[in-house]
Amino acid sequence: MAHSARRDSPELPDFSVLKRLARDQLIYLLEQLPGKKDLFIEADLMSPLDRIANVSTLKQHEVDKLYKVEYKPVVSTSDQLCFLIRPRIQTVKWVCDVVNADKAAGKFKRYKIIFTPQKFYACETVLEEQGIFGDVSTDEWAFYLLPLDEDIINLELPEFFRDNFLEGDQRWVRTGGSALHLFHSIYGPFSKVYGIGRCSKMVYESWREQVKEGEQKARQAEVGTVFLIDRDVDFVTPLCSQVVYEGLVDDIFRIKCGCVEFGPDVTSSDKSIKVMLNSQDKVFNEIRNEHFSNVFGFLSQKARNLQTAYDKRRGMDIKQMKTFVSEELKGLKQEHRLLSLHIGASESMMKKKTKQDFQELLKTEHSLLEGFEIRECISFIEEHINRQVSYLKLCPLSLYFFTGLLPKDYRSLKAQYLQSYGVDHLLTFANLKQLGLLVEQQPGETLTVMESKMGKLVNDKTAGKLTDAFSSLAKKSNFRALSRRLSLVPKSDEEYDLRVPRDMAYIFSGAYIPLSCKLIEQVLERDGWTGLEEVTRLLNGHEFAVTADLRPQSDAQRIILVMFLGGCTFSEISALRFLGRERGYKFIVLTTAITNSARLIEAMLDNHV
Amino acid sequence: MMKSKADEEDYWNSSKFKAFTFDDEDDEFTKLKESRQAVNSICGLVEEEEDEDEVEKVSWSGEPVGSISWSVRETASSLREQSFPKIDTTPSLPKNSSGYSLSSLFKGKTKSFQSFSEVLSDSSVRLYAPELRKPKSEYKDYVSDWSPEETVHRMQQGKAVSLEKFRSLQEKLLLLDEAVGVHDGNVITAVLIYLKKSLSKEVLFRELESRQTALRHFIHYLTESKEQRLLLELYRALGRTEDEALLQYKEHLRITDENKRRDFLKSCVSLPFSPEDAGHVQDHYTLLERQIIIEATDRQAETGGKVEIFQKFPRRASILNMPLITTLYYCCFYHYAETEGTYSSPANIRQTFRIAEKQYFVTALAARAKLKAWHDVDALFTSRNWLGFTRKKSPLSFSRVADILSKNNAPVQVLQEYVGLVDDVELRVALAQKYKCHFIVISTYRDLKDRQLLLGYRGKVERGSEEERKIDELLSNPQIRWKN
Repeated sequence: MAHSARRDSPELPDFSVLKRLARDQLIYLLEQLPGKKDLFIEADLMSPLDRIANVSTLKQHEVDKLYKVEYKPVVSTSDQLCFLIRPRIQTVKWVCDVVNADKAAGKFKRYKIIFTPQKFYACETVLEEQGIFGDVSTDEWAFYLLPLDEDIINLELPEFFRDNFLEGDQRWVRTGGSALHLFHSIYGPFSKVYGIGRCSKMVYESWREQVKEGEQKARQAEVGTVFLIDRDVDFVTPLCSQVVYEGLVDDIFRIKCGCVEFGPDVTSSDKSIKVMLNSQDKVFNEIRNEHFSNVFGFLSQKARNLQTAYDKRRGMDIKQMKTFVSEELKGLKQEHRLLSLHIGASESMMKKKTKQDFQELLKTEHSLLEGFEIRECISFIEEHINRQVSYLKLCPLSLYFFTGLLPKDYRSLKAQYLQSYGVDHLLTFANLKQLGLLVEQQPGETLTVMESKMGKLVNDKTAGKLTDAFSSLAKKSNFRALSRRLSLVPKSDEEYDLRVPRDMAYIFSGAYIPLSCKLIEQVLERDGWTGLEEVTRLLNGHEFAVTADLRPQSDAQRIILVMFLGGCTFSEISALRFLGRERGYKFIVLTTAITNSARLIEAMLDNHV
Repeated sequence: MMKSKADEEDYWNSSKFKAFTFDDEDDEFTKLKESRQAVNSICGLVEEEEDEDEVEKVSWSGEPVGSISWSVRETASSLREQSFPKIDTTPSLPKNSSGYSLSSLFKGKTKSFQSFSEVLSDSSVRLYAPELRKPKSEYKDYVSDWSPEETVHRMQQGKAVSLEKFRSLQEKLLLLDEAVGVHDGNVITAVLIYLKKSLSKEVLFRELESRQTALRHFIHYLTESKEQRLLLELYRALGRTEDEALLQYKEHLRITDENKRRDFLKSCVSLPFSPEDAGHVQDHYTLLERQIIIEATDRQAETGGKVEIFQKFPRRASILNMPLITTLYYCCFYHYAETEGTYSSPANIRQTFRIAEKQYFVTALAARAKLKAWHDVDALFTSRNWLGFTRKKSPLSFSRVADILSKNNAPVQVLQEYVGLVDDVELRVALAQKYKCHFIVISTYRDLKDRQLLLGYRGKVERGSEEERKIDELLSNPQIRWKN
């Protein structure tokens, strides 16, 4: 609210061109199948598509009927079918079924699959195996960058996280490189690239290769600095409960592609409404980055102002009234609407959070972050497990810290967890272990003992697997060390005024500075990783800092693109906005998806067919 | 690492966290309510005619559409060469080396700013068979002559390639390693699909064992294309018995018929799980077996219409495939009084599945409170010592008990019994006030000998009520030595 930005902050570039680009490419592809056709759209592509085009755009290009991909037989009567899908084997198999069913019924149709953002060989193999390769034409719609707001660009690829970090599948590396390449070709050239994480390195390489292959044209850079970061560098931050307004709205109502659906409890009517949440919403724009506790005060002040503005009309004569209606009323009404929505949302969130012992949950999280009173944390978690509190609301952060538990405690918690939520969560536990979020400590063995013991056993066959296991073990026990070295947990004896935040910790009630954002701050400050050797060692390395011999422009230098591989949270975005205001930077967040603790845990679930 | 208790409390009471509480109906919330009223009251001007879309339409693009050719030209022309150095993306683990210290793995290479020129001089090291590469002019037009490097490069760009020419094992592996080297999962999988078709399983598995990245791609591919059998064989060949067991166990999710699922789970018990997980799977089987029996009996009882509880509280869903604790809750709800001999008796379930005391209590309490069977609740916590005196004991804190009871709308008479047992005085008073257990508040103040607080509380109870009389009686009692 009251934050005064540094006056020399550079302006953000205009991203609407990205939407135009994506829309035009789609139209071009649709025209490759001339004539009337029915379009089948993958469910999770509907919202992104909505952001760049609308039904009439599609109709103009001879799309007759629109369907959602539902893995059922189709009822379309059109003789041309177009499928707009993600490159997933399951979806392609369904398309094959559709085509083969038509063939069996003696129907002759034309088919086209548009893969976005790219196609995979594995998908084409399915077409080949199902005997319809050649019957179906395929295309790629290079829709990489969806601007969600003036400083957020989304790849809308939530599966990036699981595929890359859990399955170890690098299929999205080139996608990441291409996305960066597209951004670079419009808003670059970049003069500095920093990064940390294995995937970041690979994406950087892929991008560099693509730049080498492309053509060139000198132009003024709008964005000069890039920071790439892997999600697994920092699991702690996205597992924390969010208390900044936008993050809290996401945790509770789930913001989907920049849009949220408020139910009847918010709208105080019998309907739900969908609301776009971005900087265009003036009320939202002022509270999105605020700690929730500040939001009420702000909203009531706003309501009072609004009342005064409306009251002005009393005692107006006809002419004044006419001016008032034509000039001010529309704006006031708009504001009134937004205000009552956000007040409704705040009320509803208050109620929900009070019910769930939110205060205790936050306290537990803070204790975990500080490493105090672990015993009490365990009994808090235990009690919630016993009461079958939904496992998504079950302090996801605790999972991370289960790792440090004694085997006895760990086993008991796991057993109770399975009893409360079902034994099939064995699969979830296996995934969490594979991801490196959970490591079972061996009794009485410290890392160094394990090392020397296993060092002898290591041969090239198992080396990879062991490395994985050890790196996560090392990562785990390193959080405390990292936290100390980077002062992530502010001293608790000082007062923290959430109204006047002094550092990025405000996004977690002053209890914790997000590791990801702290790294970015430090690297920008030091212009590289010098002096952070101990930190990068604790994070398992894979850091880099490279510079091109371009003459850097000062303004573009201070516009920084942060690319999160595996997703980022709204809280992190708020923290970066804060950092930007403090230091005169502008951050643009480019993320594979918006994530939060629930989505992270959901990505690990396997207990469904 | 432990802070002292005092420190701890200090921390939580420090003002930085006081700024924000969800629990209290404090000023902020009231303020919020007021603002809602204010906003709602302005409706006079804001008539019903407001268009619904107004909020939804907010978008910040809305630029006119440029022509397709324009945009395509725009992208193409804006690509330009950039001079950035190559960085080392291979994992810090060198291939085929063994016996080195693991601690070296944790030492990240520090790569501070490399200048661009520096990197150019660093000729990138080619690992594989340079003799395969011929001068470009020689093979340019012959598809069959592409080196692994060029083939992979073309595949990355989505151009047509022919993999058939990679026939010897060595060539195939060079191709695979090249794909892994460029970190393009799409190409790695493509090569693997070719190898799967053209190599025997034994050879492929053997070669994948030493290529972890490729192996993980292969496993993911098999998972996605649902080639269960081959995947199981792969795990077996690699000696990854636990993965094999889990994969097989996962199959039960596909079986919808409960009897078949039960039989399948039974066969899973002997899979090579870790001893701990084997126990869990055994429990899973036993649980489903019982659920099937309970379900059959109860469904009959329900349709028979003779058992009162099923008439009064019809079952909302079948108990099949529910977690253990849900099953326990169900049995505490419908079968509480049964003797230990039946499958559905809570005691039997508790014993069979080694349910922890605390977990059992929470569940039984919730179920009985839901039924408002306060007598059972009472019995749950009552224990007798050898002299025959009764006292209340609970494995979970009494404040938690009160919380669960209040969520089930327990009457004050029931609640106050448990609130009164809360040890911590402050917490007890807070809970008693929250749940309106006036007598607990009053007696606590009396025990504290705090006349002022008691006087203050007199204003909060109803006039002429029993509570008020009690307070007056205490205040006029000359026996009590008030501290204020």
